[in-house]
Amino acid sequence: MTSMTTEADSRPVTDQSPLLELRSVSKSFGAVQVLQEVDLTVRLGRVTALVGDNGAGKSTLIKGIAGIYPFDSGDYVFEGETVHVHNPKQANALGVEVVYQDLALCDNLDIVQNLYLGREALSSGFLDEITMEERAAETLAGLSVRTVKSVRQKVASLSGGQRQTVAIARAVLWNSKLVILDEPTAALGVAQTEQVLRLVRRLADRGLAVILISHNMNDVLAVADDIAVLYLGRMTAQVQAKDVSLTDVVQLITGGTLIEKEGRVVVTDPHEAGGGLAADQTPHETGDQP
Amino acid sequence: MSQTLSEAEPEATDVTAPAPTGLGDAWRDYVSRVRGGDVGPLPAILGLAALLVVFSALRPETFTNSFNFANLLIQSAPVIVIAMGLVFVLLIGEIDLSAGFTAGVAGAMLGIVSTRHDYPWWIGILVCLATGAVIGLVIGLLVARVGIPSFVVTLAGFLALQGLLLKIIGEGGTIRIQSETVLAIMAKNLPVWLGWTLYVVLIVAYAAVTFRQLATRRSRGLVTSSPTVWLAKVACMAVLLGVCTYYLSIERSRNAALTSIKGIPIVIPVVLVLLVLFTLLLNRTLFGRHVYAVGGNAEAARRAGINVARIRLLCFILCSTIAAAAGVLLASRVNSVTPSTGGGETLLYAVGAAVIGGTSLFGGKGRPVDAIIGGLVVAVVANGMGLLNKSAAVVYMVTGGVLLLAAGVDALSRRRAAASGRV
Ligand SMILES: Nc1ncnc2c1ncn2[C@@H]1O[C@H](COP(=O)(O)OP(=O)(O)OP(=O)(O)O)[C@@H](O)[C@H]1O
Ligand SMILES: [Mg+2]
Repeated sequence: MTSMTTEADSRPVTDQSPLLELRSVSKSFGAVQVLQEVDLTVRLGRVTALVGDNGAGKSTLIKGIAGIYPFDSGDYVFEGETVHVHNPKQANALGVEVVYQDLALCDNLDIVQNLYLGREALSSGFLDEITMEERAAETLAGLSVRTVKSVRQKVASLSGGQRQTVAIARAVLWNSKLVILDEPTAALGVAQTEQVLRLVRRLADRGLAVILISHNMNDVLAVADDIAVLYLGRMTAQVQAKDVSLTDVVQLITGGTLIEKEGRVVVTDPHEAGGGLAADQTPHETGDQP
Repeated sequence: MSQTLSEAEPEATDVTAPAPTGLGDAWRDYVSRVRGGDVGPLPAILGLAALLVVFSALRPETFTNSFNFANLLIQSAPVIVIAMGLVFVLLIGEIDLSAGFTAGVAGAMLGIVSTRHDYPWWIGILVCLATGAVIGLVIGLLVARVGIPSFVVTLAGFLALQGLLLKIIGEGGTIRIQSETVLAIMAKNLPVWLGWTLYVVLIVAYAAVTFRQLATRRSRGLVTSSPTVWLAKVACMAVLLGVCTYYLSIERSRNAALTSIKGIPIVIPVVLVLLVLFTLLLNRTLFGRHVYAVGGNAEAARRAGINVARIRLLCFILCSTIAAAAGVLLASRVNSVTPSTGGGETLLYAVGAAVIGGTSLFGGKGRPVDAIIGGLVVAVVANGMGLLNKSAAVVYMVTGGVLLLAAGVDALSRRRAAASGRV
């Protein structure tokens, strides 16, 4: 299988230089090569969806970015500089925050306490509850979160979507530049999914870079600006969402490749012998692009 | 694109809008907290009130007289203090079964230093507390660093410390406590005027501190409960403590001409100081916040950068040190330390007290004041049953029943919370 990325060619994605660039990073666990020479470009103000089948290596890739499992080789370029991220603290210091699928909230604490957990504000040695509460309310209001009755509600009493919201707000409270979300809508119903996706969109609109892992292609196409596809540990494509259709993405995930044909991006059908046939060539409107 | 996000936002109220909150809202707040699995101390307080009414009705003479009342409070103090220490360990989802004999061993050290070696009382108490801290350090290291379950470590501690106490004191031996100061804690009372002064200071301080909080929150535009709620709380405190102070200020000597016994027992302000200290520690400091976090979700705490092992270790050290303080009370109560000091039902009553007061055995939920409420329930049952001439057998069974009830309330409230998706 030949892998190739097309984002660098004829269509300029944006004038902005990337926030994060991974250049042919690899990772293996023992004899298992999980990531092979993966390239990834993440820009500020854009939602980059990371998709791929189960076991494709998505979680491993973000764990590498977050410093939990450092990459074996390849370059980690952040804001134009090659950096070495070997533990989560270093990633946090760069402004990288991860919202894990198992949310890591304390049910017995309220929203403010969860948002500030581990980074509490103090005044003369005691917890500065008022400052924390003010800033928590500001942050939530800034994200246009209006679903929680009180920031002093215990997290235990929140719905799944609200909990996800708190987890995301926790990630953006700290001047983060890159927020990584691992399947934020996996356990949510329709309304709550919409609510969380809207929040994800808002993060990018506020100028943050967002990496979103999801198995739901409708969600991906609804919010993502860029789509990066992993297939068996290789990055098979990184395309702009507006250039591809649902079918294209699904075919990429299941092993199709991206080719350029008559000036247009075309995805081969992995199930068709010979390949190279266009699956869906209709250009797609973008309803949510700024 | 297959789907577009609508920009219409159907959600409800703004987070920043300060809602008016009166007594009604306070009640609705409480109801929603109960739904979320947090019943708080209300069941225990109601239970305590019910017990007081029942025993007062059944034994109007003996139960309600102020001598018995003072006695009950004094007797409950050691168990309450041990329970306060246990709250720290229970909060992180662990247990300390050795706290009773930690109190015993620490009390023995007090006796050895102050009686046998004639050091001043305060050196004795320092050595006593240090003994507790060392025991807690060992338990904490074994649990938090080595990773042995606390149940096993402290069960071993229970046995080993019992042996150690026997070894220090000797079969059938006793160490007398002679320091007047130490003996006064459990035996003497504050002068009546000082009791009332303390009462006024306490109420004014409580009212001032809570009012300042209210005013600051108001001025910064945050949601506050209404002044009515504040006033109601202060009034409740004032009446409740006022009645207690009045009751304890009555002459309770059978022969007042010979010896006068009146005023607040010294141990009560001692327990109250500990209550304020530990409540501040848990509610207002980084350490306290992290204790709750570790108890609520240790993995979340770890990811938030909290040193979970360190918090665990500190909780065990605190628990044992506080148990040592209870050792001082136990020794002061009977003027001596014996191989059974801190044994018997001491520890089980203390665990029971914390749980009855509303501290969860599952971790993450509990307050120092729970120890007082639960400790009083346990003491009232023992005292009232005794006055009804019920045998020890009945007292044990009833106390066991009350404990089971409290643990049941805790477990059920958690199940409800889980069922409504609010785990
Ligand atoms: N710690 C590890 N040790 C050995 N193998 C691992 C480890 N972590 C992941 N793997 C392997 O790496 C591969 C990629 O796993 P990864 O979790 O990154 O996939 P994923 O794309 O996140 O899948 P999913 O969609 O199911 O979450 C899998 O085959 C997995 O078994
Ligand atoms: Mg995964």
